[in-house]
Amino acid sequence: MKQLKVLSLPYLVWMVIFILVPILMMAFFAFTTENGALTLEHISDVGQYANIFVRSIWLALIATAICLVLAYPIAFILSRMEKHKQGTMLMLVMLPMWMNFLLRTYAWMTLLGNNGIINYLLGLIGLGPYKLINTSAAVVLGMVYNYLPFMILPLYSVMEKIDKSVIEAATDLGCNSAKVLFKVILPLSLPGITSGITMVFVPAISTFIISRMLGGGSNLLIGDLIEMQFLGNAYDPHLGAAIALVLMVIILVIMTVMNQFSPDDQVLI
Amino acid sequence: MKNRLFSLLALSVLSLSLLGGCASPEAEGEEEEEEISVQTLTVSDPDYYTRFKGQDISINVYNWGEYISTGADEGTLDVNTEFEKLTGIKVNYTNYATNEELYAKLKGGGAAYDIIIPSDYMISKMIKEKMVQQLNFENIPNFSYIMDNFRNMEYDPENAYSVPYTWGTVGIIYDASVVDMNEEDIDWDLLWDETYADQILMFDNPRDAFAIGEILLGYSLNTENPDELKAVAEKLKEQKKIVQGYVMDEIFDKMGAGDALIAPYYAGDALTIMEENDSLNFVVPASGTNLFVDAMCIPTGAKQKEAAEMYINFMCEPDIAFANIDYICYSTPHSAAFDMLDEEVRNDPISYPDEELIANRTTVFVNLSDEANRTMQDLWTEMKSADDETVNRWLVPVFLLCCLGIIVFVLVRRYIKSKKDIF
Repeated sequence: MKQLKVLSLPYLVWMVIFILVPILMMAFFAFTTENGALTLEHISDVGQYANIFVRSIWLALIATAICLVLAYPIAFILSRMEKHKQGTMLMLVMLPMWMNFLLRTYAWMTLLGNNGIINYLLGLIGLGPYKLINTSAAVVLGMVYNYLPFMILPLYSVMEKIDKSVIEAATDLGCNSAKVLFKVILPLSLPGITSGITMVFVPAISTFIISRMLGGGSNLLIGDLIEMQFLGNAYDPHLGAAIALVLMVIILVIMTVMNQFSPDDQVLI
Repeated sequence: MKNRLFSLLALSVLSLSLLGGCASPEAEGEEEEEEISVQTLTVSDPDYYTRFKGQDISINVYNWGEYISTGADEGTLDVNTEFEKLTGIKVNYTNYATNEELYAKLKGGGAAYDIIIPSDYMISKMIKEKMVQQLNFENIPNFSYIMDNFRNMEYDPENAYSVPYTWGTVGIIYDASVVDMNEEDIDWDLLWDETYADQILMFDNPRDAFAIGEILLGYSLNTENPDELKAVAEKLKEQKKIVQGYVMDEIFDKMGAGDALIAPYYAGDALTIMEENDSLNFVVPASGTNLFVDAMCIPTGAKQKEAAEMYINFMCEPDIAFANIDYICYSTPHSAAFDMLDEEVRNDPISYPDEELIANRTTVFVNLSDEANRTMQDLWTEMKSADDETVNRWLVPVFLLCCLGIIVFVLVRRYIKSKKDIF
């Protein structure tokens, strides 16, 4: 056992240097002024961006919910397929992820544009043009499109382990299909749901490129706000660090709440 | 300026060009038929450039993307390679996309550059913060080519820190087939015209966006008065209803594809966009505009100051200055390079508006005080997230407290449950 622990050393060193130290530096920046004096000013300044926080959380929640609703049946169907078909289908789920993330989002810009393909096709049957791009809905769409595989994969890997006989037993004992779903499959797939939600919600809440490309710059999210502090006109790394810190705390708290709903011994993340 | 394709767009374009590879031979064939004029290089004082030969020196040049002649088009000069050949000094050339990125990189202290090419207001900010150093103009004899009206600019009044590289103006690009107006009648309020609701693009950076509002309201482009800034923010808020999006480089696609009709942008890039779409036109409104200058500077702490000055001097060689300006399409402050341009380009009112306009109706940005910058940034953020009803600033803390409450509740319940289980 002792020898095995040594093997974790490389990652431990990695984690300390590239994760722990930067987080500490960020916290240090958030609580100090330019001259290095302690201050709470930056943290309290974050309050004025409450509406941006609320919008980010709200859009990320919607995107996560849509992902869950879309992914759950797909993951279940996948897990019930024959083994050799599962491989092919899984690959199809992963396929979009092989393409560069930015390119995929960029493609949506052309699809949703005022003279884009969707509006053009609608125009052919006498509808539109509708304002599709530069709306909150377009941002949510971008999030769902980009993060959907992150919901399907953990759900699938949990559901795959649900024994077929468990479902058969439930049906034998008189459960109708709704009951099978709610009393058997859902509880057993809870760990997958929580980790799926985490994997979609966390990147969705902090994204900035999706909102910039599909939101037209008028749907500011927290990610945009942080980016503005570091690379934008404002150049206030201290405020930026404070916003990032508050965001981290919010995510941490939401995740903790989430994890309360899964069985004690099965918390994945 | 800040308009060169973002590295991310460059990425996409790169991928697209790979896909489109099969279609290109035809296009190349067409180009070959054109006569290629080969640019040649003669320097005024070859001895000057050979001082560092064989000493294995290298300099780090940090420039805007696509902002130097690379020899990519046949017959043009590859400026950096020519410099290496001539002087034996190795050039490490890297790119940035915005002035702010450059500032953050230098401020962070992690990088050592010998040459940077920031814009006007950033230069004055860097001078104020002692981030750039005074140049020794004895090493830059070619400074004599710089036109008089581009010396001692407001951002560097004694012209001790910078050598102008390019300049340009901000104007309006519009689709002339839809916007039926005389060029002379077009003014900045076109961007507020509700007839074109949802067809208007706007700058996605506060300094340029505020400048337009400031012209409309008759304020100085360098105003630091908080009340004036607030009034401009109100004006921009008013415009927000009809703005399709706040963009920078995306303007190339959106205007080129006809997704939007009207947008403010920089003259040099406007020319590039107009090549894509014939119905587009560009006009600099007579009521005034911003004149921007990008100039070469040497950051404080540069390791090879003399070699860097040699590089600046090299960039001011007529042949080199011409090759660069020919490639990047911006306007040049270099008298000899200007004379080498085609008659057509020299008389182009987009690249070279008449002197009366430049002298009387353009303003160069200077750096604002930290306080004014902060005010502008806050107003900008507020404007961009304005359509929501104002949210109470305590909402987030209260939300966090509620979450904590839930956690405590669940933990307590669980604890009680586990106690029960024992019995």
